[in-house]
Amino acid sequence: MKKRSFLEKAALVPHLVWIVLFIAAPLLFVIYFAFTDENGAFSFSNIAGLTNYADIFLISVLFALIATVVCLLIGYPLAFTMSRLKPSTQRVFVLLLMLPMWISLLIRTYSLLAMLDNGGLLNSLLSKIGIGPVKIVGTPGAVILGMVYDFLPYMVLPIYTSLSKLDIKYFEAAEDLGCNGAQTLFKVALPLSKSGIISGITMVFVPSISTFYISQKLGGGRFDLIGDTIERQFLYNNAKNVGAAISLVMMILILISVAVMNRFGDDDGGELIV
Amino acid sequence: MKTLSRIYMFIVFGLLYAPIVVLVLFSFNRAGTFNTYSGFSLYWYRELFRDQTALDALKNSLILATLSSVTATLIGTLAAYGIHRIRSKAVKTVINSVTNIPMMNPDIVTGVSMMLLFAAAAAIPFLKVEMGFWTMLIAHITFNLPYVILSVLPKFKQMDKHLTEAALDLGCTPAQTFLKVELPSIMPGVISGLMLGFTLSLDDFVISHFVSSSDFKTLPLYVYNQTAHEVKFSMYALCALMVFAILLLMILVNFAGADRTEKKKKKKTAAAVR
Amino acid sequence: MKKIIALLLALLCAASVLVSCTATSFDTVTLYVYNWGEYISDGSEDSLDVNAEFEKYCNENERIQQLTGGKKVKVNYSTYASNEDLYAKLDSKTVSYDIVIPSDYMVARLAKEGLIQKIDVSKIENYKYIDDSFKNLYYDENNEYSVPYTYGTVGIIYDTKKVTVKDAEERSWSLMWNENYKGDILQFNNPRDAFGTAMFYLGLDVNSENDQDWINAQRIMKDQKNVVQGYVMDEIFNKMESGSAAIAPYYAGDFLSMYEDNNDLAFFYPKEGTNVFVDAICVPTNAKSPELALEYINFMLSEEIAIANAEAICYASPNKLVYENEEYKAAMEEIHEDAMEILYGYDDSKMEYFHDLPDNTRKLMNDLWEELKIENDKGAAIYIIGGVIILAVIVIAVIVVINKKKKAKAY
Repeated sequence: MKKRSFLEKAALVPHLVWIVLFIAAPLLFVIYFAFTDENGAFSFSNIAGLTNYADIFLISVLFALIATVVCLLIGYPLAFTMSRLKPSTQRVFVLLLMLPMWISLLIRTYSLLAMLDNGGLLNSLLSKIGIGPVKIVGTPGAVILGMVYDFLPYMVLPIYTSLSKLDIKYFEAAEDLGCNGAQTLFKVALPLSKSGIISGITMVFVPSISTFYISQKLGGGRFDLIGDTIERQFLYNNAKNVGAAISLVMMILILISVAVMNRFGDDDGGELIV
Repeated sequence: MKTLSRIYMFIVFGLLYAPIVVLVLFSFNRAGTFNTYSGFSLYWYRELFRDQTALDALKNSLILATLSSVTATLIGTLAAYGIHRIRSKAVKTVINSVTNIPMMNPDIVTGVSMMLLFAAAAAIPFLKVEMGFWTMLIAHITFNLPYVILSVLPKFKQMDKHLTEAALDLGCTPAQTFLKVELPSIMPGVISGLMLGFTLSLDDFVISHFVSSSDFKTLPLYVYNQTAHEVKFSMYALCALMVFAILLLMILVNFAGADRTEKKKKKKTAAAVR
Repeated sequence: MKKIIALLLALLCAASVLVSCTATSFDTVTLYVYNWGEYISDGSEDSLDVNAEFEKYCNENERIQQLTGGKKVKVNYSTYASNEDLYAKLDSKTVSYDIVIPSDYMVARLAKEGLIQKIDVSKIENYKYIDDSFKNLYYDENNEYSVPYTYGTVGIIYDTKKVTVKDAEERSWSLMWNENYKGDILQFNNPRDAFGTAMFYLGLDVNSENDQDWINAQRIMKDQKNVVQGYVMDEIFNKMESGSAAIAPYYAGDFLSMYEDNNDLAFFYPKEGTNVFVDAICVPTNAKSPELALEYINFMLSEEIAIANAEAICYASPNKLVYENEEYKAAMEEIHEDAMEILYGYDDSKMEYFHDLPDNTRKLMNDLWEELKIENDKGAAIYIIGGVIILAVIVIAVIVVINKKKKAKAY
């Protein structure tokens, strides 16, 4: 038996080495850079200087929130409808929902840009029927639209998974007891799929708040989100310390909100992702 | 209500697919713009196969995805074996939460933190660290690890403890027990972890963006470079090919036996739900 | 079955890696070239593929074969969008390149900070073809660090379909601040060029060391943010060619490239003055094959290659072999009847070079730019209100659900 427990410990060694070197150590570097100045001396100035970026945090949270809510409003009814289909049809639609995820996010966003741009496909069609060009690109709406378009499947899939696990008898019972469609939705389906909703919200909110590609392309660089700001500090401004401070704050914000979300859905969460 | 919800579903899917359909259609457009259609042509498909950089990038992507997912699966499966048997709850929680950080964190923070680590390592002369294949591989293994463990660990939990004990009692060495008894029963988890890792790695742009160099360019990085100016239509041709391949796969899956498709769907859903 | 598949997969990958490793690293020398986007003849649209030609040239040239020890030469070509990107990459020291092509002021800065190495121009045979007026310029007074590749000027590109003749004829930077074209104006996405447009417009010295000048420039750039569609670099090509934007400041050579695809575009040099720049080839300090890099520079200056590049990117060339070539002139005039005039015949007295700024001024400029970029759009207020409303709806829905659930539990 002793040998076995040795083996159990040995099996963990590569993993432990890995997570210490490549998960813990990099984060320590983020913390280190956030709290030092350019010469490596300890300093609070980066964190204190973040007040300049308050606007950025605000607008990023806002954009991500709106995108998440819109995804939920569009996605929930979709997932609900899908889960009520024949099993074979369900399979087809699940695959159809996943297909866009196999295409690079960059290409999807870019083709959305090619469609929506002032001289793009949509506007050239619109101008043919006499409606003037609709300026979409470079507005906050375009950025949010991009987020919704790119991340909608992340909302629908977990909700669908939790809904499809539900016994159809719940719904039949609700209908027998006189619930109409909307009542069934609000009183039965919604509470029972809470864990799916929560994981959907996390999966849309986190990439939305940290995106930089969508805002660069669809926002025309006029709407700086946290992601853009971090990317610029590291790859263009050469300001590692400021970048690390912003990253650190964003990370803490997100880890806290994810933890809160998970607690919120604790009673039946967890089984969903696997 | 039913027809209404069907219509709703088709509208959402229609909007979700509009850019993709446009992209596929225009990949056959010789003109290479979205504005004018100059007739059906396979020109961009020929261009794609003539574009050595794109093919190299595709090859690099496949190599990186395979290597990182296989390595992450090896380390992760061993780790799950070890984690499952840790008795102290506190130790388990610590290891699990550190492992899960790359999954919870926004990609950009993971990318930035790895970049800081590698930049620090590059300052040490004898290490000779340079951004390239190895930094990419390390980063990809790191973000694949939590997903592998997430899909393997539950399989250990579901496994019948008595089986292992029986095998040991009957004279198997611990290694034999693992290979002959435990491994087969956790295999579905291992496979889904592997596939999940492969997909994530193939698709990753954000993390690679921070730890790559021109030495080893993957397909998403190549596409990103193009979007700085204008995406060549050969990239749309590549996407169209992928769409066709996935559609073909879907048709095959749908015609295969019900039981097997059911399993596959679950796995795919798991792959999608990250 | 699954085991077999997994095993096959593993074998496959091991094999593919072995193949790829052996194929690339042992019998080739790689030359890393880091250049501006769209800044070389790359074989698209039936042009000459310069990098492929260089590989071929090296593998057939005995002198170079001796240099590389008989190994094959491969060019690894990648691109950046602004001088600042290039600087950040070189300064990070986590990547190494053999050839980079910064602009004048960046050459000075890189040389000052020791990020590029000295080049012995006497070893570059074709250096003699460089026009003397591009030698001993302020950024590299002794021709120690750089070899001029192209030069050019910034002007305003506009869409004749959308911009009125009256507005265009003013030939002024004010066009970029014109409220009538709100949402149709593009601006540079790098501080040096963007501040340049504002400072020329205000009649300030673009190399000013007076803080107030930069602050004043930033003030009007903040005003401009409301009329700008986006801050972009090479995306300008696509935006202008497809008619998605109407007004953009960009480099004269790129105007000609855009004009090839969209004949509605036109170009002028603003009367307030504008920027002239030289982009020069340099070799970074941590280059792995500096000798091969010199061969590359020499190759780029040779007649056929220099003409191919000049015709593909449409920038003015400091190379006599190019601008004295009749075929080249004809080719440029075929693109646009005034091409030679735009590229070579501008009024020198209105042109100014960007100089490398002192550290504190550069920091101020970067901070002001950062401030401009992170400033929020005023129109966002509408969305904030919209967001709050949607949010409120959701919160109410959640509360209702929880209450219902509690009630259900109570039964």
